[in-house]
Amino acid sequence: MSTQPDTLELVRASLPRRRARERRLKVIGVSAILFAFAMLATLILSLVSTGYTAFVQSHATLQVFVDPELVRESRLPRGKFDDVLTAAVAEHLPGVDMTDRASRKEVEKILSNGAQYDLRDMVVADPGLIGQTLRITVPLSDPFDQLNKGGIDRDTPEQNRRLNDSQVAMFDTLKAADVISTPINWGLLTNADSRFPELAGLRGALVGSAWALLVCFLISFPLGIGAAIYLEEFAPKNRWSGLIEVNINNLAAVPSVVFGLLALSVFIGWFGLPRSAPLVGGMTLALMTMPTIIIATRAALKAVPPSIREAALGLGASPQQVVFGHVLPLAMPGILTGTIIGLAQALGETAPLLLIGMNAFITSAPEGPMSAATALPTQIFIWADSPERGFASRTSAAILVLLGFLITMNAIAIFMRNKFERKW
Amino acid sequence: MRAETIDMNAQTQAAEELAETKIRAQNVNVFYDKMQALHDVSVDIPAKMVTAFIGPSGCGKSTFLRCINRMNDTIPICRVEGDITLDGQDIYDPNVDPVQLRARVGMVFQKPNPFPKSIFDNVAYGPRIHGLSRNREELDEIVEQALRRAALWEEVKDRLQAPGTGLSGGQQQRLCIARAIATRPEVLLMDEPCSALDPIATAQVEELIQELTNRFSVVIVTHSMQQAARVSQRTAFFHLGHLVEFGHTDDIFTQPQDSRTEAYITGRIG
Repeated sequence: MSTQPDTLELVRASLPRRRARERRLKVIGVSAILFAFAMLATLILSLVSTGYTAFVQSHATLQVFVDPELVRESRLPRGKFDDVLTAAVAEHLPGVDMTDRASRKEVEKILSNGAQYDLRDMVVADPGLIGQTLRITVPLSDPFDQLNKGGIDRDTPEQNRRLNDSQVAMFDTLKAADVISTPINWGLLTNADSRFPELAGLRGALVGSAWALLVCFLISFPLGIGAAIYLEEFAPKNRWSGLIEVNINNLAAVPSVVFGLLALSVFIGWFGLPRSAPLVGGMTLALMTMPTIIIATRAALKAVPPSIREAALGLGASPQQVVFGHVLPLAMPGILTGTIIGLAQALGETAPLLLIGMNAFITSAPEGPMSAATALPTQIFIWADSPERGFASRTSAAILVLLGFLITMNAIAIFMRNKFERKW
Repeated sequence: MRAETIDMNAQTQAAEELAETKIRAQNVNVFYDKMQALHDVSVDIPAKMVTAFIGPSGCGKSTFLRCINRMNDTIPICRVEGDITLDGQDIYDPNVDPVQLRARVGMVFQKPNPFPKSIFDNVAYGPRIHGLSRNREELDEIVEQALRRAALWEEVKDRLQAPGTGLSGGQQQRLCIARAIATRPEVLLMDEPCSALDPIATAQVEELIQELTNRFSVVIVTHSMQQAARVSQRTAFFHLGHLVEFGHTDDIFTQPQDSRTEAYITGRIG
């Protein structure tokens, strides 16, 4: 056997080259992963660094005397609640001359404009509070909130600063009197949108997104799976089913804004469904999600070993029993993965929602799928457009909330998939 | 009666005389699209005996087997011509429901393919979908009987809720046989049931096949001529889509009439 050493020799000669190729591939793979992680870390870090201040909110705790002169029971819900609050603040600012209009105006600007409405609601609910002294905690207005959190630099020349020197001095006096506190800003999650950044929250957007996703899931999941089962298991394989398959794949690639236009003209224009409603948003998102679910489901059904089908058919199971008893349960993990990918896409989708009016300014959370609402991505869009410093940090915070929403959804999906996963 | 059968023992002789035709195929042609896989196959498969189909790979024996329970219906490009009757009834008649047919003609596949369910559920699946039991006790009884008949009961009786996919290859195949006989079919088709098994498991399955002829007609496709000789009473030799020879197993192996059969069993083709 003279060829044997030759073969060995050749193999040995080629080994370094092959090993080097393997190492190169490994290096490329590892660096790709590191790069991806670095990008993710950069994204999260930049969001957290701009957004963390939105997770706390400066508040003032005040002894408020509900002056019967200013708030008359007979005139409720009207009353000079703002003056009541201003008086309470002024008590901590002995050096300020409240008869001077200019300095009075400056004191009025310390508290959030929304604070008077909180107080009004309390008094309307219990008119017996008139004439009493209450201890309440109300949010500061955005400039003072920013000053407290370090968003406004004291070294900036006065003419370029949002707050002048006397306002900064007032704040320092209040701070020294222990009136100012910065608790966790639950309002970010429990308040609806507001003109005032210190009061604006994501409740409306969260509820709106939840409704829209629910509608989207209820439409696209059964329809998508049904279509996929029919196409994969029952439809005759001919030119028509081929055409349908190509079109479904094309549909998955259609830009989302086109679905928005379609929804605008069909759902709102023809069907007369309300504008800005999560129902319409969900239906629009379902149009986009369905192709994804169909494609994922078909792939999952195809991956079920044919031997399982044959076994069931050979025992006399009807095609429907084969699909629902054997194929579908085995395909379920793949189907759920596809569905979650589709829903996650739908959750982050902005363009079609803009076209159906889910970017409106709405100051209350929707009561149902038919009432006007925003969604998380459109809320981020609205806030990102607002000039106030408070909205800048809130935008980043909202993106973090959106990411949290996504991670929760994915966690549920992974849990469900593991639950359904069985080996064959 | 032919002369060679005279020296058979009395019992076999009695069985031979009783042999009635269970499945009759006449001029069966099968096409995959344009390609013809079977040419004019005509054969009478007797009841309560083992009939073996032998032949080289690609000769059409599995194709013919799958015609008997219409498993070929699931292949869109497959077309079957000719008549196949089960107890005199045309199984390709439009009035025959393939689901009902497959309840009468069970099948065991080449590769063990238990469902990813428990051992019990595997065997109980057929009886459940066909409604063969009225209550849990009857179902338990059917499952136990099927497992006993498949010679698997002793090995699995303590772990009926364990997954069927966790068994060894030979046990899995016996589980598949138990699953097939649990629906009480009249005919059991076996497509190379031992090809994935070791010699010990093969011996167990072969023994089982012998026992099954008490109740069922068995048709077995096999690559192993020794196996055909061991387990079957009738043998059909297929070659290139033609049924070359069909007859008593002893005759096929000792006095083949066709030169191709002789060439195959002596190892010159195949």
